[in-house]
Amino acid sequence: MTVLETPYPTKVPSSMPGLLARLAFLAVLDVAVAWFSYRLISLGYFPFGAAVLIITVGINLIILIKKAYPLRWMVVGLVLMVLFTIYPIVFTIWVSFTNYGEGHLVTQEQAIAQILKMKYLPETGQSYKWTAYRSAEGEYALWLQDAAGNGYLAKPGEPLLQPGPGEAGVGELDEKGIPKTIEGYQRLSVLLAATDKNLTEILFGEAGKTIQIRSPGEAAELLPLYVYDSERDAMVNQETGVSYRNLRGKFTAPNGDTLQPGFIAPIGFSNFRDFFLSPALRGPLLRVTAWNFGFAFFSLLLNFSLGLAIAVLFNEPRFPFKKVIRSLLIIPYTVPALITILIWRGMMNPQLGVINRAMNTWFGWSPPWFTDEWWAKIAILLVNLWLSYPYFMLICSGALQSISEDYYAAAQVDGASGWQQFRYITLPLLLVAVGPLLVASFTFNFNNFNLIYLFNAGGPPIAGAPTPAGHTDILISYVYNLAFSGSRGINYGFASAITIIIFFIVGAITLFQFRYTRMWEEVSENV
Amino acid sequence: MSSLSSVRQAQNSARLRRNFDIAIRLLIAAILIAFSIFPVLWMISASFNPTGSLATQTLIPPNAGLDNYQKLLTSREFPFWTWMWNSIKISSLTSVLSLTITTIAAYAFSRFRFRGRITMLKGIMLINVFPALLALVATFLMISQLGDVLPAFGLNTHASLILVYLGGAMGINIWLMKGYMDTIPRDIDESAMIEGASDWQIFSRLILPLLRPILIVIAIINYIGTYGEFVLARVLLKSTDQYTLMVGLQIFAGAQFQQRWGVFAAGALLGALPIMIIYLLLQDQIIGGLTQGAVKG
Repeated sequence: MTVLETPYPTKVPSSMPGLLARLAFLAVLDVAVAWFSYRLISLGYFPFGAAVLIITVGINLIILIKKAYPLRWMVVGLVLMVLFTIYPIVFTIWVSFTNYGEGHLVTQEQAIAQILKMKYLPETGQSYKWTAYRSAEGEYALWLQDAAGNGYLAKPGEPLLQPGPGEAGVGELDEKGIPKTIEGYQRLSVLLAATDKNLTEILFGEAGKTIQIRSPGEAAELLPLYVYDSERDAMVNQETGVSYRNLRGKFTAPNGDTLQPGFIAPIGFSNFRDFFLSPALRGPLLRVTAWNFGFAFFSLLLNFSLGLAIAVLFNEPRFPFKKVIRSLLIIPYTVPALITILIWRGMMNPQLGVINRAMNTWFGWSPPWFTDEWWAKIAILLVNLWLSYPYFMLICSGALQSISEDYYAAAQVDGASGWQQFRYITLPLLLVAVGPLLVASFTFNFNNFNLIYLFNAGGPPIAGAPTPAGHTDILISYVYNLAFSGSRGINYGFASAITIIIFFIVGAITLFQFRYTRMWEEVSENV
Repeated sequence: MSSLSSVRQAQNSARLRRNFDIAIRLLIAAILIAFSIFPVLWMISASFNPTGSLATQTLIPPNAGLDNYQKLLTSREFPFWTWMWNSIKISSLTSVLSLTITTIAAYAFSRFRFRGRITMLKGIMLINVFPALLALVATFLMISQLGDVLPAFGLNTHASLILVYLGGAMGINIWLMKGYMDTIPRDIDESAMIEGASDWQIFSRLILPLLRPILIVIAIINYIGTYGEFVLARVLLKSTDQYTLMVGLQIFAGAQFQQRWGVFAAGALLGALPIMIIYLLLQDQIIGGLTQGAVKG
């Protein structure tokens, strides 16, 4: 094919109204994004906020630079691809080097903010009895009485006052020395005050000398229990003087005590090390990985063999009812996979399913599809065979038709048997044609989460596995359990590390495929 | 004479052998067909079985009736029509929007020459090697963060699900579409260009109508893929009235599966029918697309 070398289009269209429209569009977009990423970052979502900003810079460049004109045609697709495909990949890589998961769910800033909220009552601190008042706008005030019976008025952010009746809006005192009214405020009954959730959060009095409600009977002058020492990245306990140093996402004291909450922290290659070396995980993970490969391999072998056999059997163009047979045989492929997997689950039900009832009647025995490790594996392969042999039948019959009759004519002259013709002509030529699709199918099955998850959720469980794992779990369903099952130890970090490992496996297989199918060369030819 | 009769005899025996051969193959076909349609027949039969339980089902149910359908369509707990509508809405929008993005981008790849073109095409293919499923955790966290700022695009919204699906629009289908466009001769657009047509006019008036066959194939394959997608929808959608049909059916099958078998079968059948009909009517086109590497979803 000759290559057209003229730069195309010859000139980028440009006009004043067009330019103005683009500038106006960018102005609106940039303002919106500025607000959006500011909100993201103020919530602590730095990676997401940064990604949004980078994407926006990209959009601006594409729309302003003349040379980027062709990219304007795909800017929406590119944005969506970066945001929903590339960003999650990058994020996954980052998470795989952290301990994100149970006990480490917030950022360090959020954890510090929470820890700094903890207060303690210093030995010299004053404690009071309190009565609460609330204004119509929802502002609060406290009337405090110390042990000597002196009354004080405390409002958030204002210094403590010691007013007599009539001063600062304080009305008449009742027999306990508590004002019946404070101007602008309504006195709360003891019950109302005790159940008001806002009240205990509020710091009364001026900064540095704050008073907070500790219990229904006591308000006290509290100080922050911890002070953050940013230089040593440690929390210092003001009461005991112990310092808690940041140790892999938890502030930890020398004696091993830790402060809650923990936070997300980089932990290097620990997750990957665990995958390969952790003695507790090794057993289950080895089984899961081995079955993952076995499942993908045997699925491909069985499904392809049956599909090919059918394609060869009905390859003749004038075979009677060919069209009808084909339509009926592809029916499994037309039903959404989720539905057929669930139907098979019902049909294979050990007591009630049709297959087991029939086998019990005829043979007095039926396979325990869901409780025995090996029968569960066979069941999965069987269901997968049903689901996907039509696909292989279709691609094989397509490929068979493209093999020239001349080869067979020549082979017949040479006296080759039917088997020899199949073995030395059909199969090699067919494999060249459908090879890439076979590799793609292998990688698809390697991550065939739906089948495993819907059929038996990876069961039966592997006894003694430290995290939930089953005998038919493949890596991706194991990852799903780690991240979403929520029953035992959510661990996004470890889940992401396994994800990266899966990616390398699948990526290696795909590169192998590209290498041997000359896909790149085909692309280059079409330049 | 004798040679003629022996030829005829040989012809006869060849015909006999061929008929026998075909009969054997038809028999095999019958067995295979039984294997491939039995589960579907079983699903149909279960949906008409009035007792509705897994234990009591036979292939031809006595007193067949529409009880299960009635239960399915009137159940408050399991709003079948809402699920169906959600699925149709999400699949249609995703399919149309994704096709639009794919087509316009493919036009640029096919018709413009710019630096980094090949690299981008290769990059798109490599990125799509990373199965979307693997980034599930990241996608989930990202959507939940997005929802904290823009609740309309957060967890449990159809908008978020559609956006995530559209993230894959710049995928393998671009290759398919670009390949098809490359077969449309350049002369067409060059003559239009000489007459002063803009790129957009050439694309929308000249090229687009010629793409009809491939547009239909990709749209349908996309639609079917989205309709059947389960994992992302399961993770992102949280409340019963937001579920797609696949998520709804899976949840429905989760609890008391054995007692609800009949109702489940009715729902599964109604849910599968549209897709089965599309497939069987357009099997040649769809198969053509699939074997060239078009991807569902």
